[in-house]
Amino acid sequence: MIAIVNYGMGNLFSIYNALDRVGADPKIICDPEGLAGADGIVVPGVGAFGSCMDQLSRFADVLRRAFEDGVPMFGICIGMQVLFEESEESPGVRGLGWIKGNVVRLPEGVMIPQMGWNSLTIKRPVQMFDGISDGDMFYFVHSYYGRPIDKSVIAATTEHGVEVTAAVVKDNLFATQFHPEKSGAKGLKILENFVRSARC
Amino acid sequence: MLARRIIPCLDCDLQVPGGRVVKGIEFKQIRYAGIPWELAGKYYEDGADEIVFLDITASHERRETMTSVIRKTSESVFVPLAVGGGIRSVEEAREVFNAGADKITVNTSALKRPELISEIASKYGNQAVVLAIDAKRRYTLEDGREVVQTPEGPCWFECSFYGGREFTGIDAIAWARKAVSLGVGEILLTSMDRDGTYDGFDIPLTDAVSKRVRVPVIASGGCASPEHMLEVFQKTDASAALAASIFHFGEYNIADVKRYLKERGVNVRV
Repeated sequence: MIAIVNYGMGNLFSIYNALDRVGADPKIICDPEGLAGADGIVVPGVGAFGSCMDQLSRFADVLRRAFEDGVPMFGICIGMQVLFEESEESPGVRGLGWIKGNVVRLPEGVMIPQMGWNSLTIKRPVQMFDGISDGDMFYFVHSYYGRPIDKSVIAATTEHGVEVTAAVVKDNLFATQFHPEKSGAKGLKILENFVRSARC
Repeated sequence: MLARRIIPCLDCDLQVPGGRVVKGIEFKQIRYAGIPWELAGKYYEDGADEIVFLDITASHERRETMTSVIRKTSESVFVPLAVGGGIRSVEEAREVFNAGADKITVNTSALKRPELISEIASKYGNQAVVLAIDAKRRYTLEDGREVVQTPEGPCWFECSFYGGREFTGIDAIAWARKAVSLGVGEILLTSMDRDGTYDGFDIPLTDAVSKRVRVPVIASGGCASPEHMLEVFQKTDASAALAASIFHFGEYNIADVKRYLKERGVNVRV
């Protein structure tokens, strides 16, 4: 079972349908106890960093335990940003802090939010990128992006005024700034790779 | 760098059970193009970057039909979906988002009550609110109008509402600016002078709006060929080009159009 963490931020149809399409057995989980026994955990995300952390905080302990137990995890968009320690979007709010570094606003002078299809530069050919090539395009919608202190966690970047972290990887954790569930066949391919890793 | 997007638009008549995609010919005869989710599925497979559904009946009573169309589409279409037509409140927007829409478009209701934009944007984010503008050239210049130079002479653009049936007296470019300050994240800009003419996009209009606001502009109205899409991407900063009938009746295929654009140096997703 692939658990989709539902912490009350927006519709989860798209990610549910996308996981279903690639042969996962997705379940939308509303309580921390529901994550027990999940083969993989998806943390989706919409909205602002602060309100997202507000809602997610009750899951924080269970998620950390699952991460340490090696359960494959996938963060999407704000679900990637909350892995960092803090964000310029919501000063004073602590993120999960699993990745050292902060989340900053896209530079002035570029279109904010970045909204649309942008191409990936793959920095680490991890298993999640099986079937994905440099230059493949994915759908982004965001105004902030993560800046890890340890650059080796960066799995892919994209360009929007600056080099933007597009995906991070740390042990059993993978996360994307873009929306794989809205990125056509290439996005589904990444989700399929995730589901495969959850079954190993 | 962000790719230029190609967006098919499905005008939906929801009074037919299950809904039908329609194409009006010279505002009278209606030609049925297909079932909404089936066409959406085909365009997705062909490489559409996003899909827009417009309820041309714009009726509150048909909202359930639209939500079922979106729910059905989102089962098999994995690109962003935008939905518009008669959304008048945050509550109505919520129904559409909950059915799987990523964005809603507003037009008449926002002209009548601009705060609707900030109400939806504060709840769902700026990226989720698209302002649709139906703009018509006016060559009688008046003080305070945003004037645009065109080959046909200087003009300003007037906003229309109620699906082009009534005019507002509101300057389209000034309205675009105001709407952005209220939280609109994107503008779907339709030229009423070009819509249905197959003469190509209104380049001066698209150029003016995409230069004067800092959100993505979707060019719409008048597209009859890949050449028209090439022209709007070469001559303006439009982020996307929208077309309906050229895709509906198999005249052009989205994949072919994108290949054509890419071969000519336009950054598109193929």
